[in-house]
Amino acid sequence: MSNQPFSTSRRNALKCMAFGGAGTVFLLGGGVLTPVDLARAADYKRENAPLGKPLFVQISDTHIGFNKDANPDVNGTLTRTIDLVNAMPELPPLTIHTGDITHLSKPAEFDTAQQLLSRLRTTEMHTVPGEHDTTDPTVTEYFSRFGKPSGNKGYYSFDHAGVHFVALINVLQFKAGGLGTLGADQLAWVAADLKARSSSTPIVVFAHMPLWTIYEPWGWGTGDADQLVEPLRRFGSVTLLNGHIHQIVQKVEGNMTFHTARSTAYPQPAAGEGTGPGPLKVSATDLPKMLGITRVMVTPHRHSLALHDATIARADGETT
Amino acid sequence: MKWQRIGILSKLAAATAALVMSCASGSSSASQSASATVEVKDFMFAPVLSTISVGATVTWLNKDDEPHTVVSDTGLFRSAALDTNETFSFEFDRPGTYHFICSIHPSMVGTIVVQ
Repeated sequence: MSNQPFSTSRRNALKCMAFGGAGTVFLLGGGVLTPVDLARAADYKRENAPLGKPLFVQISDTHIGFNKDANPDVNGTLTRTIDLVNAMPELPPLTIHTGDITHLSKPAEFDTAQQLLSRLRTTEMHTVPGEHDTTDPTVTEYFSRFGKPSGNKGYYSFDHAGVHFVALINVLQFKAGGLGTLGADQLAWVAADLKARSSSTPIVVFAHMPLWTIYEPWGWGTGDADQLVEPLRRFGSVTLLNGHIHQIVQKVEGNMTFHTARSTAYPQPAAGEGTGPGPLKVSATDLPKMLGITRVMVTPHRHSLALHDATIARADGETT
Repeated sequence: MKWQRIGILSKLAAATAALVMSCASGSSSASQSASATVEVKDFMFAPVLSTISVGATVTWLNKDDEPHTVVSDTGLFRSAALDTNETFSFEFDRPGTYHFICSIHPSMVGTIVVQ
């Protein structure tokens, strides 16, 4: 059963559609992280809901440089997403970008992305690269801009408000026909990094590619993610976030919630539909609905997360 | 060994020419081609295996709306991300079997055999 902290009026739904942005804000309440649809959060009156303090917002797959029919204005849709974050009554301190910042790893694309993202009023931004960010021959464009926190390794951890964050990179060691890879060095580092934390510390792990196998033929997964999951099992609250597939898929396993994010740029087909995971062309009317209008309902139970994502089209049809 | 990017203006002409030459060479004498084109379409390399002679150049042409890369499994060659209608070329000057993938979509694999 689920509780619904926000009114799902038709008016609100239409308002969400108008934004056409994408993002999820995570609230921290009683040590439990609660993802809430960004469009709703922006419209959310703090005194009306006991969900907690906004902790971070997740933005993903901005694909700056993309200019095909599926969305000729990715700068515009990212800008609308940023406006949505900035309009929140209480800003989260952090933004997490889960990769594919750019489309083709070009310097000009990174420059534009940084310029646009600098408008975010959140105080900190943390990033991990997607495979679209690391296609330049020397793999230096991403790291020269965002590599500092990780010493150019691509993985690092930090703490904020009692939550331990682990940023991982799984887009560098592709094998033919295979999934993303974390690699032995990174896995050993994660295990050591987690060892020092108490089991009651909420953990947030984020990477670009899914940290569980969603669809192997399209490489939607991380081949050695099982070794990452092991040292996470003892923790009471673990949230694993990624982008890459431009749609929401979620899995709950014990205390671990795996959650993918929508893109701010263009949708992709559901697993196995069509020839491959390329841009999905939809009508201009439908596009905003595909770009991350995520409807998330949150169960009131403090120690379990149960999320329900839906497109606005679906939410709009409901009369709750 | 060396690799080169062909300029955007010449890429289509070069690719088309390569395709024509490749076809003109006939099916049984593919190993004698001085050049070959691999089309990247629908998340596949086509043909998935090309046989060329030593010194021949292979040109990959991306026909998808999605960018792809051409990355040798040994590190011998690595293209930048190829947007729609962009190409990447590599000259093979030693015999051998060369495997490559798209690093953005590693389920895409292909092989060049140089005789």
